[in-house]
Amino acid sequence: MRTYHQLTDPDRSGLADQIGAQRKRVAARLAGVRRIVAVMSGKGGVGKSYVTAHLARGFARAGRSVGVLDADLNGPTIPRLLQVAQHAASPAIGIDGVKCVSMGQFLEDGAPLAFTGPSAESYVWRGAMEASALREFLGDVEWGDLDLLLLDLPPGMQRYIELCDILGTPPAVLTVTIPTPESHDAVRRAMRAAVERGSDLLGIVENMVGGELKGSAAADLALEFRTPVLARIPWHPSPDDWSELASRLPQPLGPRPQAP
Amino acid sequence: MKFLCVECDQQMAFAERQLPGDGTLAATFKCPKCGRVVAMLTNPMETQLVSSLGVEIGGRTVPAEPFEMVHANVVTGGPAWSSGAQERLSRVPSFVRGMVKKIYGDYAKERGITEITPAVMDTARAELGLEGM
Repeated sequence: MRTYHQLTDPDRSGLADQIGAQRKRVAARLAGVRRIVAVMSGKGGVGKSYVTAHLARGFARAGRSVGVLDADLNGPTIPRLLQVAQHAASPAIGIDGVKCVSMGQFLEDGAPLAFTGPSAESYVWRGAMEASALREFLGDVEWGDLDLLLLDLPPGMQRYIELCDILGTPPAVLTVTIPTPESHDAVRRAMRAAVERGSDLLGIVENMVGGELKGSAAADLALEFRTPVLARIPWHPSPDDWSELASRLPQPLGPRPQAP
Repeated sequence: MKFLCVECDQQMAFAERQLPGDGTLAATFKCPKCGRVVAMLTNPMETQLVSSLGVEIGGRTVPAEPFEMVHANVVTGGPAWSSGAQERLSRVPSFVRGMVKKIYGDYAKERGITEITPAVMDTARAELGLEGM
């Protein structure tokens, strides 16, 4: 009996071609975006979304066109941080003119992200559904010309890996941590994964500095990964803190996305 | 995915895709030599897995609509859909399914209807002039 590769007629479903078309659609949509930066951390609760939103506003106030993609599909907070109305058209225009898209624009107030389908086996397909939603956020939003698109990633590495696969090129990474040793350990793993995938590490933002949280996570990580500590953000930062962080981000911020 | 008619040693050609409305999928393939037809039947989990990839068995005839997967598959917190209503909705072409779902969802929400059934769809269709949906 002949094998798959010995059957030379094209596969009518063309699943590989359909996946390829999806990637081309993303690349075409992002062609007007000069730089893509993933804001990530291996740890939850360190303030990634907070940093992302205020960094975006810092750039916008400096006259740059900025977009934020809220890749935290299960816990979207960007609409509130950027003061975007629920069910706003996509991309919504937030405070200071920052464009954004978030699953929060698609869900009822307080409703968790849920998909139609057989719930008994949802662990089999839910991850693929979320990756597809991320792909649609990248490929279906009319971002237009942007100087910078910030991707606010959820805790953990899964969304970062999906992002690398969808973009075809690993995005530059801005890392957020808090000072504690626990944060150091989790963020360290994430940074190592980003390096192994080929992402440029732009630097580290240490958040929630000056309060009860003790430690030297940012300094230790900076030393290990030879990347700068770009900012140490206090508990009550001023707009100037964010503008200063925006000015410290290395130029260029990372490679343009390329068609696969 | 390819199908081989072992007897004829011929690659079978995709013939038809059906969505019965119970979450399953049927795709038929025909041997160009002997005419034998086989059906590939997927269970709801397998069907959902294919759907989650944003691809269509048998190939796409029209490009994907923006946010097609999100609109069609994300539960937005609106009214529940009975199995009969889901079956009817599944017969709507995928590229407008999300829009149609939203129309019925908005209709139900505005009237405080918590579950969309085929009867609700009939009423909405008559009231809103949605013949064919």
